[in-house]
Amino acid sequence: MPVKRVEKTPMPERDAVLRSHDFGEVNEGYGIAHAQFEAERCLRCQDAICIDGCPVRVPIPEFIHEVAKGDMRSAAEILRSSNPLPAVCGRVCPQEVQCEEQCSVGIRFKPVAIGYLERFVADWEMEQTDIDITANLSRDQKVAVIGSGPAGLVCAGELARLGYPVTIFEALHAPGGVLRYGIPEFRLPKDVLDWEIEQLKKLGVEIQCNIIIGKTITMDQIMGEMGFKAVFIGTGAGLPSFMGIPGENLNGVYSANEFLTRVNLMQANDFPNADTPVMVGKRVAVIGAGNTAMDTVRVALRVGAEQGLVVYRRSVQEMTARVEEHAHAIEEGVEFHWLTNPVEILGDEDGWVTGLRCVRMELGEPDDSGRARPVPIEGSEFVIPVDNVVLSIGNKPNPLLLQTTKGLEANKWGCLVVHDGSSETSKEHVFAGGDAVTGAATVILAAGAGKDAAAEIHEDLSALVQ
Amino acid sequence: MAKILEKRRLTPITQLYRVDAPLVAKAAKPGQFVILRVREGGERIPITIADYDREAGILTIVVQEVGTTTRYMGQLGVGDEILDLVGPLGMPLEIPVEGHVVGIGGGFGSAALLCLMRELRARGDTTTIINGARGKDLLILNEELTEVCDNLELCTDDGSAGFHGLVTDRLQQLIDGDGPGRPDSVVAIGPMPMMRAVTETTRGADIPTLVSLDPLMIDGTGMCGGCRVTVNNEVKFACVDGPFFDAHQVDFQEAVRRNKMYVKQEQDSKDRSECMKLAVGQD
Ligand SMILES: Cc1cc2nc3c(=O)[nH]c(=O)nc-3n(C[C@H](O)[C@H](O)[C@H](O)COP(=O)(O)OP(=O)(O)OC[C@H]3O[C@@H](n4cnc5c(N)ncnc54)[C@H](O)[C@@H]3O)c2cc1C
Ligand SMILES: Cc1cc2nc3c(=O)[nH]c(=O)nc-3n(C[C@H](O)[C@H](O)[C@H](O)COP(=O)(O)OP(=O)(O)OC[C@H]3O[C@@H](n4cnc5c(N)ncnc54)[C@H](O)[C@@H]3O)c2cc1C
Ligand code: SF4
Ligand code: FES
Repeated sequence: MPVKRVEKTPMPERDAVLRSHDFGEVNEGYGIAHAQFEAERCLRCQDAICIDGCPVRVPIPEFIHEVAKGDMRSAAEILRSSNPLPAVCGRVCPQEVQCEEQCSVGIRFKPVAIGYLERFVADWEMEQTDIDITANLSRDQKVAVIGSGPAGLVCAGELARLGYPVTIFEALHAPGGVLRYGIPEFRLPKDVLDWEIEQLKKLGVEIQCNIIIGKTITMDQIMGEMGFKAVFIGTGAGLPSFMGIPGENLNGVYSANEFLTRVNLMQANDFPNADTPVMVGKRVAVIGAGNTAMDTVRVALRVGAEQGLVVYRRSVQEMTARVEEHAHAIEEGVEFHWLTNPVEILGDEDGWVTGLRCVRMELGEPDDSGRARPVPIEGSEFVIPVDNVVLSIGNKPNPLLLQTTKGLEANKWGCLVVHDGSSETSKEHVFAGGDAVTGAATVILAAGAGKDAAAEIHEDLSALVQ
Repeated sequence: MAKILEKRRLTPITQLYRVDAPLVAKAAKPGQFVILRVREGGERIPITIADYDREAGILTIVVQEVGTTTRYMGQLGVGDEILDLVGPLGMPLEIPVEGHVVGIGGGFGSAALLCLMRELRARGDTTTIINGARGKDLLILNEELTEVCDNLELCTDDGSAGFHGLVTDRLQQLIDGDGPGRPDSVVAIGPMPMMRAVTETTRGADIPTLVSLDPLMIDGTGMCGGCRVTVNNEVKFACVDGPFFDAHQVDFQEAVRRNKMYVKQEQDSKDRSECMKLAVGQD
């Protein structure tokens, strides 16, 4: 029987002072006892509306019921049947605006900790040694997947399960997309990502790194001489935006992408054992308030900054970061400057950052995004002394592939255009999904898009052989 | 991975490599570059494609050993694999003016002129290369460069070979009508001070000039913005918009300053890699 308890079973966490100096995972994960205790809170609703909140429609009450019963194997099977990346999503999904926002328990109490349970089951699965995966590539129509972020990985896995030989082409020297170079180890251990990639390889998926489609080889070559019958584009939205304010090219100014890539992909935290450095002074200001900004400021603390600051022109209500990341950042001592808009980055005579000139803002009428528009308060300029500034104000799709591929359409933001309700692009047998189509979004949306595209590719290729 | 097929020492700190990289060789165009990494935990560094053989699938690169990664590279031998090599990156060089093109090379930059000048000559341009160095022993690839252009001019600071003086002194003479005569366009590849001096020389004479900027890079695909440079008051990403830019519009001061961002760390890393080298030697 479901048990009424107001609070979620707390996630065991590492001490904020200790953890803010290393890259070990912050959330330690439920043990079996926590998981079963929490699973009892689920009401097993007939009409489980939490499922509507999940972009890939995980049968939430079903898997949670198995956890309550102690049948982790069944729980894992149910979870995986709908979400190909449960260990990742359980850690990084913004549950508070997805499944957990809908949860009926949440009307009066705190919602069931669906994300924590999802992570628990996925972690249990990773520890099993007797789960057998073997490649069964029974078909001969080859499929190419461009990009190895969540969209590409999931699409490739689904196609391999259907029997298609799949090759993933990745521009960087290691696969994973944002999961590799963006989201830091203390939130998503690289072991989790590596395990997922290992499973794909067992399924027979081939991953070729260091290949940029549009530079090393073209789409025409893929579909022509290389003999691929269909292509999935999952190239993400990796082009960083800058603000265009004076001082952006001073030494000590980074895009969040560069800052995070130096650490996550190039291991600058281990410099000089690793060869890539990152430059952090005592005070690091991060501009923006999304997940990327939270990750950046917390990484800054871990690579030596004494004070991390987040500067955002809107208020805490408009912040797009996951609630948990914001809470963790506060615990770790990050200073938040809401309603504060940077107008200039100041530097010394040698060109090094010394401060951030800002103007205070107040909220006005709602803007296009429906959020209150921040308007500057006249005469409120002030300077925050800082040694580094990291811009985390958004990313756009990378135009590299578009520039060299004829017949591929994009909209004015550079996002690939797909047919309504499908992942078909303007080019025959070419499909796309994830951030490349939606603009910067979420892991689960990208994963879901990869999965849907795999089904469409299957249909498209099946029609070809008949 | 890309296997080293041939290796040749050009100067005490410069080596030429011929590398098995069929996909890159097939796609490469003059002016583009690759990014490579030579060990786990290693840095990604950009290196210009000096030449390519499409049929054989071979790339030629020339690496000057200035710091940690380039020195690790120097320790690799024939048969060894370069851990990661990706490319071709950047925009191929486009020189609109047909006529007399003068390519100026210094340091590893002279190597980058190989495929470039061959191609320009093939399309009908008159081609001159000014190959410069401090002294005779540091001049690289004279034989190879002779074959790809109409006139090869050597310049040394100490006068030990060719013209006695800076490349810009010789360039000024050409502009004034000496030797192969006034250039219709100039392209300079080499150390920043040299490119800057060339830029000032051609600015007055109003000769279209391109320089190859070499900011610090990571991904080389437009993802990090670390390579940003200011050209004509606009921010550009050198890895995707460049590396060649209109010299007369480049903010050199900023470019030089940004390249010095990690001088201290680079020195630490270099000292350390030297210690490691010694340690290996003692085994
Ligand atoms: C720092 C950070 C933190 C985030 N935190 C969260 C979070 O907590 N929760 C959440 O749900 N979402 C989060 N997101 C968003 C989420 O990571 C993305 O929405 C998701 O990764 C998009 O997946 P994708 O597969 O579409 O693209 P990406 O993950 O961007 O992967 C695209 C891949 O394609 C490669 N590629 C690009 N062009 C080419 C080419 N021409 N040839 C070959 N390869 C190419 C790229 O190198 C890259 O590896 C975060 C994003 C960032 C940057
Ligand atoms: C597009 C492009 C093409 C290039 N082509 C070549 C090439 O064909 N052959 C070649 O030998 N080098 C080339 N370089 C320069 C090369 O990438 C750097 O020398 C290399 O990154 C240095 O790495 P390192 O670890 O050995 O030295 P580091 O430890 O990183 O640096 C050592 C010293 O070199 C200086 N330095 C570092 N990077 C640069 C740079 N980009 N430009 C000038 N000085 C620098 C540092 O300030 C420092 O004093 C190119 C650079 C770019 C951007
Ligand atoms: S995938 Fe995300 S939204 Fe769906 S149930 Fe899991 S945590 Fe909730
Ligand atoms: S090197 Fe990262 S954007 Fe140019």
